Amino acid sequence: MQARKKYVLLGLCACCWLLLFYWGGGVQVRLLKLLGQQRGDVVRPWPDWTDRVLLPGYAQLEELQTGPGSAESPRQRHQAWTGIYKDSRCRMETCFDFTRCRRRGRDGFRVYVYPSEKGERGSESYRKILTSIGESRYYTTDPREACLFVLGIDTLDRDQLSGQFVPNLDDRIKGYPLWNEGRNHLIFNLYSGTWPNYTEDLGFNIGQAILAKASLNTEHFRPGFDVSIPLFSKDHPQKGGERGWLVRNTVPPRRKYLLMFKGKRYLTGIGSDTRNALHHIHNGKDIVSLTTCRHGKDWEKHKDARCDHDNLEYERFDYQELLHNSTFCLVPRGRRLGSFRFLESLQAACIPVLLSNGWELPFSDVIQWNQAVIEGDERLLLQVPSTVHAVGHERVLALRQRTQMLWDAYFSSVDKIVLTTLEIIKDRVFSHVSRNKYMWNALPGGLLVLPEYSTHLAHFPFYYLSLGVSPGQEFTAIIHAVSPLVSQSQPIMKLLQVVSKSKYCSQIIILWNSEKPLPPRSKWPPMPVPLTVTDGRRKTSSRFLPNVAIETEAVLSLDEDTVLLTSEVNFAFLVWMSFPERIVGYPPRSHFWDPVKNAWGYTSKWTNEYSIVLTGAAFYHRYYHYLFSHYLPPSLRALVDRTSNCEDILMNFLVSAVTHLPPIKVAQRKQYKELPSPQGTKMSAPWANPEHFAQRQECVNSFASWFGYMPLVHSQFRLDPLLFKDQVSVLRKKYKDLERA
Amino acid sequence: MVRLSMCASGKYSSRGPALIPRMKTKHRIYYITLFSVVLLGLIATGMFQFWPHSIESTADWGLDRRSVHDAPLIRLPVANPIPERGDLSCRMHTCFDVYRCGYNPKNRIKVYIYPLQRFVDEVGVPISSTGLSREYNDLLSAISDSEFYTDDVTRACLFVPSIDVLNQNSLRIRETAQALAMLPRWDKGMNHLLFNMLPGGPPDYNTALDVPRDRALLAGGGFSTWTYRQGYDVSIPVYSPLSADVELPERQPGPRRYFILSSQTAIHREYRAELERLKEENGEALLLLDKCSNLSQGVASARKRCYKGQVFDYPQILQESSFCVVLRGARLGQATLSDVLQAGCVPVILADSYILPFSEVLDWKRASVVIPEEKLPEMYTILKSIPHRQVEEMQRQARWFWDAYFSSMKAIGMTTLQIINDRIYPYAARTYEQWNNPPLVKWSSVNSPLFLPLIPPRSPGFTAVVLTYDRIESLFRVITEISKVPSLAKLLVVWNNQNKSPPEGEKKFKCPECTAIDGLSLDQTHMVERSECINKFASVFGTMPLKVVEHRADPVLYKDDFPEKLKSFPNIGSL
Repeated sequence: MQARKKYVLLGLCACCWLLLFYWGGGVQVRLLKLLGQQRGDVVRPWPDWTDRVLLPGYAQLEELQTGPGSAESPRQRHQAWTGIYKDSRCRMETCFDFTRCRRRGRDGFRVYVYPSEKGERGSESYRKILTSIGESRYYTTDPREACLFVLGIDTLDRDQLSGQFVPNLDDRIKGYPLWNEGRNHLIFNLYSGTWPNYTEDLGFNIGQAILAKASLNTEHFRPGFDVSIPLFSKDHPQKGGERGWLVRNTVPPRRKYLLMFKGKRYLTGIGSDTRNALHHIHNGKDIVSLTTCRHGKDWEKHKDARCDHDNLEYERFDYQELLHNSTFCLVPRGRRLGSFRFLESLQAACIPVLLSNGWELPFSDVIQWNQAVIEGDERLLLQVPSTVHAVGHERVLALRQRTQMLWDAYFSSVDKIVLTTLEIIKDRVFSHVSRNKYMWNALPGGLLVLPEYSTHLAHFPFYYLSLGVSPGQEFTAIIHAVSPLVSQSQPIMKLLQVVSKSKYCSQIIILWNSEKPLPPRSKWPPMPVPLTVTDGRRKTSSRFLPNVAIETEAVLSLDEDTVLLTSEVNFAFLVWMSFPERIVGYPPRSHFWDPVKNAWGYTSKWTNEYSIVLTGAAFYHRYYHYLFSHYLPPSLRALVDRTSNCEDILMNFLVSAVTHLPPIKVAQRKQYKELPSPQGTKMSAPWANPEHFAQRQECVNSFASWFGYMPLVHSQFRLDPLLFKDQVSVLRKKYKDLERA
Repeated sequence: MVRLSMCASGKYSSRGPALIPRMKTKHRIYYITLFSVVLLGLIATGMFQFWPHSIESTADWGLDRRSVHDAPLIRLPVANPIPERGDLSCRMHTCFDVYRCGYNPKNRIKVYIYPLQRFVDEVGVPISSTGLSREYNDLLSAISDSEFYTDDVTRACLFVPSIDVLNQNSLRIRETAQALAMLPRWDKGMNHLLFNMLPGGPPDYNTALDVPRDRALLAGGGFSTWTYRQGYDVSIPVYSPLSADVELPERQPGPRRYFILSSQTAIHREYRAELERLKEENGEALLLLDKCSNLSQGVASARKRCYKGQVFDYPQILQESSFCVVLRGARLGQATLSDVLQAGCVPVILADSYILPFSEVLDWKRASVVIPEEKLPEMYTILKSIPHRQVEEMQRQARWFWDAYFSSMKAIGMTTLQIINDRIYPYAARTYEQWNNPPLVKWSSVNSPLFLPLIPPRSPGFTAVVLTYDRIESLFRVITEISKVPSLAKLLVVWNNQNKSPPEGEKKFKCPECTAIDGLSLDQTHMVERSECINKFASVFGTMPLKVVEHRADPVLYKDDFPEKLKSFPNIGSL
């Protein structure tokens, strides 16, 4: 009975509740309405119109597809454009004569430099610029074949108050028969305008010339036409240049100071607004912002109440110390928009915080600056501390890394700045054979990516990882043959057998560099893979020619007398698949600094480290063939051909310059070339010749001087197969052949 | 409907308890359960029915269920001021008021949309022949649904007028300008964003919207390099309404039936002659389509193309070609570009001085071929020189660009706002990879912030972290050995045993069971467990990230026939 009551009660309760819920729902509805209204107060989105489906389209399909046909003929339009869009409205289409660059690729892009007049001494910086052009692969002495012209007159400093100022430029330029209103001319400039406004005025009419200028203002910048370059000092190195200062990544990446600035304060004139306000963010702890009034002739005349105190504080900190120990560096505008500080902080891996409104950043066409710097706004100076505070650790690391990459790729020397300028213009001239943005902003940088080779990322050795792809599982063997074919048992025949047996080998190319003429096809043994014989014309550098016959990414370069096993080849190839951007080979060599001779030395002794792997037996990416023949200057290749030596050292220099990494040595059964010189060859082994060795020493030094630094890097490891020489059963070892003596 | 079901359920449940006592006790639990399930079910149904209705009905009371024609009518006096023409020198730091955007932890701009108004001139003629278009309405709803939206006009950083200026053809220029100037926050167009896809009018077709607009930012389709204010305006695509009507399934990249296809109907006759000459030289590889002259009635001519009496479906035919020509017409921006991308066909763009859509962030060189108009005769040779693999990559990239940035007005609007957002908060800007890498690449690639090949210096050395359980002896052995290493900077021992406290100081421990545990890794169950772990991890990752290699690193002279004392690392391998 009790249970019954309970159930009745329960049932009643349920009923009441349900009734309340459904009939007396006013409470809830009112509640919901209240909630709804609150929602509405916060967000009242764009209405969902009842007649939404009835709304007309913004344009009829007909209108979009057929459109109004243009009455104007393309040719007429082009002519009309060249009339309208000139001078300050110049674009490549209207102010550049493409017919001068007709021939495709590199040959089409030639740069001519006007000879400087007698007795004229340009500034040191301009001399460096001209030297860089003169040594570049685009230089020509023949103005008829030139696509681009560079003035011999120094135009870097156009401040009338400066000692470097060259007067009467207009008259002198007009005298040039090739001037042609400046068409196809490139003008370099670092300083324009003068006190007090520092305008963009160069003091002469540049006409239709392309301007490569520092501190360019976005308003005057002709997009796709001018090039903004960084401001660099006269001490900026011609070549090579110092590496970035970041030698290790610390986690967390914050340094002693968060933000720093140390520089002049302008009391009056242009640029003084920002510089005058910088002291506001100084807190003496993690943010150090120091200004001094003590600059210029009569600074004391203008000095204000802050000056004495600020000057004292200014002396307390050392600029270099701050640069090394700060996470962010403030780069405010000076009188002009750009400053030396920009490159200084870039090199120091101190992330630049720009306060320079309207500055067209250096090489802005191609560099994605928002991944390397913080673009602040002069109007928001006081927000800068909280902004940089809010930048997360991961982003700090990424920004910092990018500063180093950019510094190293484009800014560390005058050579790089000038070449980048030329390459940007070349990419515009041959726009359908040009680098994409990724190539410019990823390692190793745009200068080492030659678009004539390919414009496809997956064709280059250094992008595999970031694209998530791997190279093909095949290689092409190139055998460098110098001795004539006499018997079927000579080493090259054995080598052919060994290599062709590898399951990864897809073709073999024999590069015939012997004094004897090419042997007939029948002389070569039948092969399971295609065999091509090409004539190397007895040039040592020909072994690295970009042979169109090479269809695989991997190249196995071999000397004819190399002794290898198929399993050694296979193992080395698998290692290369893991390191496709490096040279993977067998016999190592090393370089060292000889303090007595004050020069680089070269050694083939067995040592605990190596920096070179001989290309007599090595895997590498075929792109390096292209770089070897097109990136390196003809002078270095001529040196190689003249001496019939050093081509392998040069290749190692080149690859290490690209990767900043050493080559990789893999396990090898026999020590390379320890066998007695094969019968039938009259030439004695070249490496036995002491002269040969001395030559190689010299090569190392001339290569280092061309690169401007020593790109070779030492390594202490060798890659061996797993279980190599381990005390386990031979049957378990995949590469057991490698252990047999 | 709702109420009806309520009544029925009420009756049923009220009869429930009366039935129960007649049942046997053992059935009671069964019925109680049944009863509560039914009750709960009823309540749940009631709730489900109730909730959405109530929300909709509250919305009904609000302002939402309205027709476009309910929007207030505004009469423009003739004498109303007209804004100045756009200032070509405008840049973010000169014409944009950053103070309105301010610092905020999310680094996201706030966008306000003006409520819809219908502007008419003094005699009552509307300023636009179409009024609000479907596309502009879609765009504004997308913005209002997004995280950029704010309805608080005082906190907004960017203002979007509800005056539709997508197509200049349907606008009365002067009156539209007056209407803009009447907006309550117009303030010389500061921080206002206008969307326009078809600019200019006959005969010279300006490449930017002709409506005077003071300092307003323009998201325009068809900018040329002379009208585009770099870093201020945003170049957007010309939306193709076919995107919404036609479903083109993504096709595997690869060679197609035709090599080059031209589908545009309004090509200048000189260019058409040039294309025909190319076709004569290269035959079947090229397909030159034109308008159909004799279609039966009722067939939309916009969806058909013809070649010599042969009829093709448009845009489906675009999928049959590797490359598709996009030539400039009177305007630079062409809706064809969108169709071509959707079809996964690589656009060949011939439109000198054209600023490609979203070129500020998109790397068009990876998805298209841009050829100067002058080089049209060389088009075939240029395209032939592109390797197959690259063409496939471009096809994939083209389709992906469409999916992410072209496919709807929402995509176009969101991309535009994100680009402006990236300018205002550059330190939080999206990266090149985020903009340009399709999702597939994003997953399979490695892009670490620690990407530089740095050779670590010997100082300050390394930190050793030793994870330990309770094998004290081997722990001490490890510590003794590792402390001999010159470059060791710090030694960190992680004690991972809750049952024992870590050994103190130099005290030596004896641990008889330790030696026995050394065989741990050989234990069968242990291996099985670890295999299971691998399977579990791989399934969570969705792929197997581990890679197999056959090499290991040894010192250069490892086990070479060489005096041991001259080796840097003589002891390696001599365990």
